[in-house]
Amino acid sequence: MPPPRTRGTALRQRLADLRGPDVPAKALDARALAALAANPGCRRRAILDGAGVNKAALASALGSPSAFGQSQFALTRGNAFEAKVKADGGAELLRLVHERLDPRAEPPAGASVPDLSAIGPEGRTARTALALREATEASGTWTLLDHPMLALDVAGSPAFLEPDAVVVHPDGSWTVVEIKSFPMLDGSADPAKVGAAARQAAVYVLALEEVAGRLDPAPRVRHRVLLVCPKDFSNLPTASAVDVRKQRAVTSRQLARLTRIQDIADALPEGTCFSPELPAEQLTAAVESVPATYAPECLAACELAFHCRDRSRAADAVTTLGRPVRAELGGLTTVEDVLAAARGRAGDPDDPAVAALRRAAQLRDEALGAMCH
Amino acid sequence: MSLIATLARLEAVTTGRAQPAATVRHRHLSERPLVFVPLTTAGEAGAPLGALVGTDRDTPRLLVVPQPRDRDLRFAFLAELADIVLPYIDSYADAVEAAERSETDPETGKRVKVEVELCADAPQLVVPSRAGVDFVRLLGRSMRFRRTAEQDPETPYPAPPRVPLLGRWLTHFGERARVPGSSLLLALTEVLGRHWATGQSSLEDQHLGALLAWIDPPEGSTGAEAALHAELARDDRDQLLCPPAGPATDPAFDNKLLAPAIERYDRARTALAAAEDGLQADDRLGELTAAEREIRELVRSRTLPTWQKVWKGIDLLRELPEGAHVEERWTRDRWSFTGHRDRVVAGEPPQPRRDDAVTAANKLATREREQARLEAQEALDDPLVMAGRRLAGEAFAGEVVDVVMAYSEGKRPSPRPLVTVRTEDRPHLGERAKVFRSLGGKPQAAEFVGQEDEGLLVLRIVDKMGRGKEPEVGSVPEKGDRVCFTLFEHEQRGGAKLPDPEETPWTHGGPPGEQVPEAADSVTEEDML
Repeated sequence: MPPPRTRGTALRQRLADLRGPDVPAKALDARALAALAANPGCRRRAILDGAGVNKAALASALGSPSAFGQSQFALTRGNAFEAKVKADGGAELLRLVHERLDPRAEPPAGASVPDLSAIGPEGRTARTALALREATEASGTWTLLDHPMLALDVAGSPAFLEPDAVVVHPDGSWTVVEIKSFPMLDGSADPAKVGAAARQAAVYVLALEEVAGRLDPAPRVRHRVLLVCPKDFSNLPTASAVDVRKQRAVTSRQLARLTRIQDIADALPEGTCFSPELPAEQLTAAVESVPATYAPECLAACELAFHCRDRSRAADAVTTLGRPVRAELGGLTTVEDVLAAARGRAGDPDDPAVAALRRAAQLRDEALGAMCH
Repeated sequence: MSLIATLARLEAVTTGRAQPAATVRHRHLSERPLVFVPLTTAGEAGAPLGALVGTDRDTPRLLVVPQPRDRDLRFAFLAELADIVLPYIDSYADAVEAAERSETDPETGKRVKVEVELCADAPQLVVPSRAGVDFVRLLGRSMRFRRTAEQDPETPYPAPPRVPLLGRWLTHFGERARVPGSSLLLALTEVLGRHWATGQSSLEDQHLGALLAWIDPPEGSTGAEAALHAELARDDRDQLLCPPAGPATDPAFDNKLLAPAIERYDRARTALAAAEDGLQADDRLGELTAAEREIRELVRSRTLPTWQKVWKGIDLLRELPEGAHVEERWTRDRWSFTGHRDRVVAGEPPQPRRDDAVTAANKLATREREQARLEAQEALDDPLVMAGRRLAGEAFAGEVVDVVMAYSEGKRPSPRPLVTVRTEDRPHLGERAKVFRSLGGKPQAAEFVGQEDEGLLVLRIVDKMGRGKEPEVGSVPEKGDRVCFTLFEHEQRGGAKLPDPEETPWTHGGPPGEQVPEAADSVTEEDML
């Protein structure tokens, strides 16, 4: 007799069914999490990511392949830079942490770098938690955790995360270190890239706080993370402390708001499956059965964006032109509705949105027709 | 985005073609712009991969760095670029006209007019997109502190002679591009996006191919179809048919075509270095040349489509008539160009890494002032822009229905006619609010007196009527005239004058002190970038 199913294993089985037989789950990384939190209302993305569906493969199978990819040049450079920063037992990295975040502590010399290797993500997570506890108890010393593994509960299923490094300070507090290969030029870096790195680091801080919460007394997870970048045009490392309190608060709130995956899964018709092996029509129907909230920002963050954009355009939705457009048009959501209201073919003239549209259309026609002075 | 622009985008969606967002061209376009289509290496800051550059659309010069991580090859690229860009810039430096500028006389402290030179025209750089502008700035930064062997015989890895100078010029172009309405360095996607509203979002408009597809779709296809083709269509080698406008390349191109080609080049170079005799060296040199030619062809294949699109975009913009105030803003660009020319000639050091407090405050004030000027001038030049301001309640247009002569009180009564305007616009007018209209290119001010009835506004004209008791002919609107008043000023006043840098208050770091020449970027042996 099989053991009675708990709610957790039932969900896991359901998600595996959604993925399709023999399709391995794709791990949800911090970058994906940060992007997910950028569009928390999107159920489609929540369920696909939650079930570990490979969205790039799914997009190709749907006939709208994504345009994401990483150049091997960038990859080589990034790996070479990270190796350089962590060389010599992380001496340079610890020096930077000491200098930028904790200058009053003992200078790091002979810091310990525990071995974190273990089998499977669960094993590595447990190993990391153990190493963190030991390092925190050994007060007065520096510890560098190279590529630890952390788990974060996302909408009811665990996501495994791998920060570049976590440093345990002599006072027992923890710092997330993010190593990026974009340059810090004259002390400043591309704000968009720094923002993305900060959002990513915020996810790690949240995950670390969960680990910290299980210790007694709970150690402090610092809200200033260390961003390490190449200096100017060289490959010498330089670093800057980045305050991620705001990103942490936003991400935490967005993650809490994520519609629970269980609820989305329950609403799906029986037999729904997102396996890329299936024929395109069947897949399209499966994807259509979960509502999406497409906005142009998705193009930079989600592999499925071109598919969703197609559907959004086919549905004549004004959001395809951007969220601000949608915001200023009030209750009118389709292109046809807006134009009909603007041309006076439909809509209530007492509705302020409609009145403004008509006035705008009239002014526009007048300007295109003749000069005004 | 104003509702008018939104409507234009929605119309573009239904018609399948971009709709006008302006009726005149709001940026200056040179007769002979220098188009620059650069590519960079992924992951390396300021490591150019190649570029197409030139003033003639039929004969672009192709520059390529076959191994972007090799410092000597990068320097060779930059030296070649300097040999194209600097003569182009110099060709504008010599033709000057006399102009006047007011300066503070150092002895008397009074403002006096001095005769100075103003370059009769200025060079103009056109890059495909905003990322291209950033890249110009980055190239400038990477070059301007380099030392040549002549400047400093001790310097490790000396730069070719004209490279630091190119760096200073590119830095100047990059800085000027931050001033609203300037045209020394244009990003084509920005300029096209200013003049046309497409049926896609402004994020998607940053793709040059997709933007042009909406503005000028090929025969028999809608803008949406053509834009999708430009964004995603790939050939049988998985390469985008419309390569990204750069400077970043498509990862599929890097991984499938470029990386193997660079590897072959590296191998050929190592083999050549290891050649044992002349005959072998000849053979291997042949292989090296072939490998280099292959990379050149790859770079050409990625830049040429963008090059053609840039010129296509310039053609489209040239079809629009130039706005009335564009010439005036271009004159400011000429001043900026002349100023930098003079600084270079005077042997001043390159632009510092960080501006001192006074320079930074001045730059910020300039940008704010130019932004306000641009907004006002675009509205005056273009009824479609003015329509947006009218919708926003910042201007109103209508017909004069009544003019009543009135005079100011005082010893010498001056004319203060009351003009009643009927308008359907809903301007946000406070009591005695000032409004302005353009009278022969100069702003005439009026005061809001009151609203007689729904849509009937009474204004009192207060200036530009001459000195006499009777207003000059044509200076007061007449019954039946169409008039357009704005609530914003037409001309921008400069803000409060900032102190000289030597008198920077302690709150802002105090005087910068004696300027020390900035050190070159440190270079390390292993530093491959």
